[in-house]
Amino acid sequence: MLQAKTAINSQNKSAKIGQIVRNLRFHYNLYKMSNTPSTLFDKVWDAHVVRSIKNGPDVFFIDRHFIHEVTSPVAFLGLETRGLTVLFPQKTFATADHNTPTINQHLPVKDPLSANQLKALETNSAKYGISHWGLGNPKNGIVHVVGPENGITLPGMTIVCGDSHTSTHGAFGAIAFGIGTSEVEMVLSSQCIMQPKPKKMRINVNGSLQKGVTPKDVVLYIISQLTAAGATGYFVEFAGEVFENMSMEGRMTVCNMSIEMGARGGMIAPDETTFKYINGREKAPKGEAWDKALTYWKTLKTDAGASFDKEYTYNAADIEPMITFGTNPGMGIGISKHIPLSEQGSGKASYEKSLNYMGFHEDDAMLGKKVDYVFVGSCTNGRIEDFRAFASIVKGRKKAEHVTAWIVPGSHIVEKQIKDEGILDILTEAGFQLRQPGCSACLAMNDDKIPAGKYAVSTSNRNFEGRQGPGARTMLASPLVAAAAAVTGVVTDPRELMA
Amino acid sequence: MAYDKFTVLTSTAVPMPIENVDTDQIIPARFLKATERKGFGDNLFRDWRYNNDDTPKKDFVLNNPIYSGKILVAGRNFGSGSSREHAAWAIYDYGFRCVVSSFFADIFKNNSLNIGILPVQVSPEFLNKIFTAIEADPKAELEVNLPAQTITILATGEKESFDINDYKKDNMTHGYDDIDYLQSMKEEISRFAAKSLY
Ligand code: SF4
Repeated sequence: MLQAKTAINSQNKSAKIGQIVRNLRFHYNLYKMSNTPSTLFDKVWDAHVVRSIKNGPDVFFIDRHFIHEVTSPVAFLGLETRGLTVLFPQKTFATADHNTPTINQHLPVKDPLSANQLKALETNSAKYGISHWGLGNPKNGIVHVVGPENGITLPGMTIVCGDSHTSTHGAFGAIAFGIGTSEVEMVLSSQCIMQPKPKKMRINVNGSLQKGVTPKDVVLYIISQLTAAGATGYFVEFAGEVFENMSMEGRMTVCNMSIEMGARGGMIAPDETTFKYINGREKAPKGEAWDKALTYWKTLKTDAGASFDKEYTYNAADIEPMITFGTNPGMGIGISKHIPLSEQGSGKASYEKSLNYMGFHEDDAMLGKKVDYVFVGSCTNGRIEDFRAFASIVKGRKKAEHVTAWIVPGSHIVEKQIKDEGILDILTEAGFQLRQPGCSACLAMNDDKIPAGKYAVSTSNRNFEGRQGPGARTMLASPLVAAAAAVTGVVTDPRELMA
Repeated sequence: MAYDKFTVLTSTAVPMPIENVDTDQIIPARFLKATERKGFGDNLFRDWRYNNDDTPKKDFVLNNPIYSGKILVAGRNFGSGSSREHAAWAIYDYGFRCVVSSFFADIFKNNSLNIGILPVQVSPEFLNKIFTAIEADPKAELEVNLPAQTITILATGEKESFDINDYKKDNMTHGYDDIDYLQSMKEEISRFAAKSLY
């Protein structure tokens, strides 16, 4: 009896202790959750880890998957070989953009290889029930333009696409990055990829931008400071007043080019500007779902005291309109500057090779250099704001006679805005023509190629050798700089032409 | 593309004592236009292997009948250059299951592991010993033991161990790739998806 009683007592006792320990642990976890400062990146990443593999990668859940005609056919074939299907077709969206023509889109595509890839995208999408915005569809356009403008891209999401400029979508506070063909197959079949978590970097730009300085200049400036490989292995958060005051279009331009400094991607905390942009877009949540989402989105910011593996801070006042003079996006300078002298050391030979390709010399002034082609478009600068900026300078002026200009909206929706806002009239009056949406001269997979040896001021993102056509010489710049070049025929400081 | 399990591979080897073999050499860019993942083995080392008129180049090792086997032994920094997965596809499709070198480019290593080729990184000294052994006898066999993480020159008994992460080792020994792994946890993924806001 006594023994039994003691046993019960001790049972009670250990149960009580167990309870206390559990309570303590619960409160400790609560405390930890609310008191360990974490970054925006951590919050979104950690919320998508299905399983963490010891001595291996994370199984990482993908909310949105974009596909296009070039990198998806082999992935679909892989599915078929394995007898797999698409797990969540409603989470994948297809658009044709990379090798589509930018004139006469109503006619059959001439290049058989391109036509083949476009057909494959259409067939695969239909077969698996994926929404497909092919050529001629009113929602068609560059994948990184149509995602956001249709409300598919939302804060806190994980977004991938077989294209390195998927980083664009980070502007909404999403984790977005490019993947390889095998990974496209993984996402189609399981909505996950296997990824080790990257390191974290924060780049702050404080103060306010000077007249004529655009988001493109901000990002070209950052890359020129960090170099084209300076953020390799990192995921970047852009923070500070300059980004807080930036439009969504501008934030997309910045995040788009985070890959050009080697980063896996870049992101910006969502705020009122973000919510306002999203609200009412076709696929954006509505009603109660909107309220619920909004409550969550408002928690998506880096807590005070959260730590980064690396941090840089720049001053907005130091940035002027930028232009590149070499063959990687890190080789950029303020437009009024001279091309820097090469430094002694291992990089000297490749620096010289690069200038040689461009036909430039050390200490040349950039202002006044002859321009043959102007390209306005791409997923970097193919949104309405970019055409407004371009029009603000060409208005009342004429295109320089020797300049060939390709003005290419990022999507049909942008094209429509250009017409509705009267921008088309301004362009036409100044002697410019508007082409149809697509990647166009950004990568010259279609007919829009800059001829060998010619100079192009381009609003796209890569100035690699041959990127815009074999032998093409690309100078990356903002739509304002592109406009100034288009009307004067030479590299010109846009501030001189601004009211 | 699931592949055969890899546990212990005993085979003769093809020696290619060239350094910095880049993926453009492994499979030239013009063969990437296919929308299928077939027949890349025919174009493995295409420009080293064939003349312009498609006749085999006699002095290239793959055209020398005295060498054969499932192991390719290559010089330092194998697989550098572009990230094309096609390079690994070509090596696998040709019939190799293992590449031995003293250094691999990162992306090539990952791509290989994902499609069932084991990259075995050995010391430069051991690499030389392998080349010497094959030179002495083209029929010399190597034993690559994945569970034990060792590579042995059977003729001399010389042995070295190599590194591989646990997850990838597990995948290789079971003949899984990432897609198989993900398929095996589909229920867990679906439960996860059900809670998702998006
Ligand atoms: S516009 Fe250029 S960078 Fe953007 S998706 Fe198209 S090809 Fe890629």
